[in-house]
Order: sequence, then structure tokens, then C-alpha cells
Amino acid sequence: MNPIALLARLGRTALAGLAAVGRAALFALSAFSHMIRPPYYPREFFQALLNVGWLSLPVVGLTAIFTGGALALQIYAGGARFNAEAVVPQIVAIGMVRELGPVLVGLMIAARVTSSIAAEIATMKVTEQIDALVTLSTHPMKYLVAPRVLAALITVPVLVGVGDIIGIMGGYTVAVQNLGFNPAAYLKNTVDFLEALDIISSLVKGAAFGTIAAMMGCYYGMQSGRGAQGVGRATKGSVESAAVLILAANFVLTGVFFSL
Amino acid sequence: MIRMENVHKAFGDNRVLNGMNLEIAKGTSMVIIGGSGTGKSVALKSILGLITPDSGQIYVDGRPAGSGDRDKFLARFGMLFQGGALFDSLPVWQNVAFRLLRGALKRPQEEAREIAIEKLRRVGLKANVADRFPAELSGGMQKRVGLARAIAAEPEIIFFDEPTTGLDPIMSGVINDLIREIVVEMGATAMTITHDMTSVRAIADNVAMLHGGVIQWTGPVAEMDASGDPYVEQFIHGRAEGPIEAVR
Repeated sequence: MNPIALLARLGRTALAGLAAVGRAALFALSAFSHMIRPPYYPREFFQALLNVGWLSLPVVGLTAIFTGGALALQIYAGGARFNAEAVVPQIVAIGMVRELGPVLVGLMIAARVTSSIAAEIATMKVTEQIDALVTLSTHPMKYLVAPRVLAALITVPVLVGVGDIIGIMGGYTVAVQNLGFNPAAYLKNTVDFLEALDIISSLVKGAAFGTIAAMMGCYYGMQSGRGAQGVGRATKGSVESAAVLILAANFVLTGVFFSL
Repeated sequence: MIRMENVHKAFGDNRVLNGMNLEIAKGTSMVIIGGSGTGKSVALKSILGLITPDSGQIYVDGRPAGSGDRDKFLARFGMLFQGGALFDSLPVWQNVAFRLLRGALKRPQEEAREIAIEKLRRVGLKANVADRFPAELSGGMQKRVGLARAIAAEPEIIFFDEPTTGLDPIMSGVINDLIREIVVEMGATAMTITHDMTSVRAIADNVAMLHGGVIQWTGPVAEMDASGDPYVEQFIHGRAEGPIEAVR
């Protein structure tokens, strides 16, 4: 290929990428500004709280308990290689609270909530329900986007907290039932080892990941193309973007909290 | 009165409106006819501000459309969408009373529900439909719920986008009669876009033929059959031969 043509293609791709980032950033700014300005839609907000928070508890709980249990087994087996089996409570606690709890909850929310928001809003767009909202003097950003993003911002840290506790209890159960750990000593080691910063970082990550998950669902839903294919693309794009952004944000936040 | 002056709108290379001019007098019913993809919906959505024209002016009662308070501007309009565009997550009565449950026109919930049920009756639906969800209704019922929603706040201007598409001839007749009655009864200005010539004759005071992004002919419905315009002639008689290409 002609080098000039190759450069032109690269340039166009880079510009398209930057434009997409710009559109998403402007969308996020608009969502936040609508979140703080009236009118508010409490019914939609409470509905979103229920969908994002309460109804995600089973999947979050199951993910956390199996991960905590597997983590305990892995640390025990790995630690046995250099006679360090006793570190299971500490490593399970730090692993769940700092990393696995927030990341796994974030990814499960991306799978469950982001996809559902994107598909719902995209279908509303395809069936002219978004246009209908506008003609009924209701701003779609206020009615559809702001309640969902705010609900995720509030509930996902709570889900992460619950996931952390359930994950630690999963490790505890395996350690006590299968690996012969003393129950009281396990819990004491866990509590003694965790620091406030570990818990704060976990909750902050939860808030960030929840916001990303809901925002990507809303953004891709509102940008959806026509027909069933448009809805499918919006749903797929929203989950991919949310997952990648959650992992990237996790790297950045881990650096901010723990690189010192 | 609604006036469109030299309105242009293109989507990429596709020039949909190409200098459209149209006037709709207050209290009259204008029907825009034209083939699929000729920009009828784009014209209608441009007036509401759902689509921004590339150039040209649109006036409502002499003032540029969308100027001033947007909520007040939109509160003057009701719209029946082609597919109904009912909100799946809300029961029928909340769809109908949507505007009455929030915003500037907010009423107490009981009053809004009573108005919704009265509007449902107005479009021939029983009160027991009120608590059902849109997905539980047939296409014709959804269309009538959409019509009830369009008239719930008694707007001055009502738009009907393909009101009879997908309905059987009897239900089409029912919807046409309802639209005519409602427009006459409420004294509203109506703008309808349709391919259905039965609807045109039932609903219209005036007709405009849109093709090539411009209005080819406009006049009273009584003069439509003798318009002498080749586009209108071809369209109303459904001929494959004529200035409108069958393959578009």
C-alpha cells in the first residue's frame, strides 16, 4: 500500500477514535449536569435502584463466594510450597477487598446491567419512544440516563462491599471446613490485616465501575442504529466498552491508591 | 399557523428535503402524501425539533419553531407515532396521562387517571384497558392508546404519522373517523402523513404532495382528483408509470 494512503488511513482511524472518545465524554458531562438539575424523576430512580442494586445481589453473591473459596484453595496450595499456608486469611482478605471484589462485581454489573440498559434504551430509540418522550416535554437524558447512572453510582459500591464480605466468608468457609483453620483465628487475622485504605479503595472503585457500567449502557443505547441489528450492536458495544474501561480504571485507581 | 420556508435536510449524500415550502392554516387538517422515503416524517420531525434542518425556516404562529421555552412549545403539540411508541414499562393509563403526571401540566394522580380513562373511552377503549401494559394490546388498540395520549393534554396542534399503517380496513376506518372527529371537536390544527388514500379523503381539508424534497402540489382535498399534477395523478391512482420512479 502507498505509504501516504496508509498514513491517511491511520489518521482517519485516529480521528474517528478521538471523536468517539469526545462524544462519550460530552455525553457523560451532559448526564452529570442533568443529574443535578431539576426536574427529577424519583420513580425512575427507585426503579433503577431496584434493578441495578437489589436484583444484582444474587449474581454478585454467587460470584464472590466461589471466588473467595477458590482463592483460599489457591493460596493454601501455593503457600504450601514455601511453608506459608497460614497467610490464607490475610491474602484472601486483601485480594478480595482490593482487587477481586470490585473488579468482579464491576464486570458482573457490566454483563447484567450495562447490557440490559443498552438493549432497553436502544429498543426505545428504534421504536420512537425516545422521540415520544421529547414530544411529551420530557428530556431523555433526565428521564432515562440520569436516574440509571445515579442509581449505579450509589448501589455498586454497596454491592462491592457485600461482595467483599461474601468473598471473605467464602474463603473462611473453605479454610475452616477443608483446610483445618481455626475459625476465630481466621476472622481475627482477616480483621487485623485489613486497613481503612483497603476498604475505601474498594468502595471508590465500586462507585467508578458502577458509573462506567451505567454510562456505557446509556451511551450505546442512545447512539443505537436502526433495527434489531442496531440494538444488537449497541448491546455488544456497551458491554465491551464497559468491561475494558472498568479494567483500565481499575489499573489507574490501583496506581493512585497503592503506588505510594 | 405552521409555515415551512425553503427547508433543506440531507443525511450524508441523501438530500431528503430540498427547499420544502408549506403552509398549514390554523384549525385545518393538512395531509401530506408521497412515496416511502420522500421525507414526510423528516418534515414533521423538523417542525417538532426532533430533527434540525440544514437550512430554511419553520414558523409556528409567526414565531420560529423551537424559539423560547421548549417545554411550552412542545406542550402545544400532540403526536401519534407510526408504531404507537408507547412506553413498554408503563401501564396504558400512565402512557395516556404521561404529560399530566409530570412537568408543567402535572395533576394529582387520581385526576390524571380519570382523564386518561376518559380519553381512552373517547378513542373507543374500555376502562379495563387502563391497567394493562402495551405489550398486552393488539396493534389497533395500541394505535388508539397512542391517539388517546396525543389528545390527553388537549393540544392545539396534532401530528399523525401514518395513523393507519398496519391496520385492517375496518380499524383504519375507525381511526380515520376518530381523527376527523377529534380535530373537528377540539378545533386543533392537524398534520397527517400517510400513503393511505382512504385516510386522505377521510381526514384532510387540504393535501400536499411531497416528492423530490419539495411540495409538488397543494390544495383542497376536493380538488385533488382534478389537480392535473402528474405526481398527484400517479400517486392517487397507484400507477407504476409516471414521473415518480417505481424503483427508488
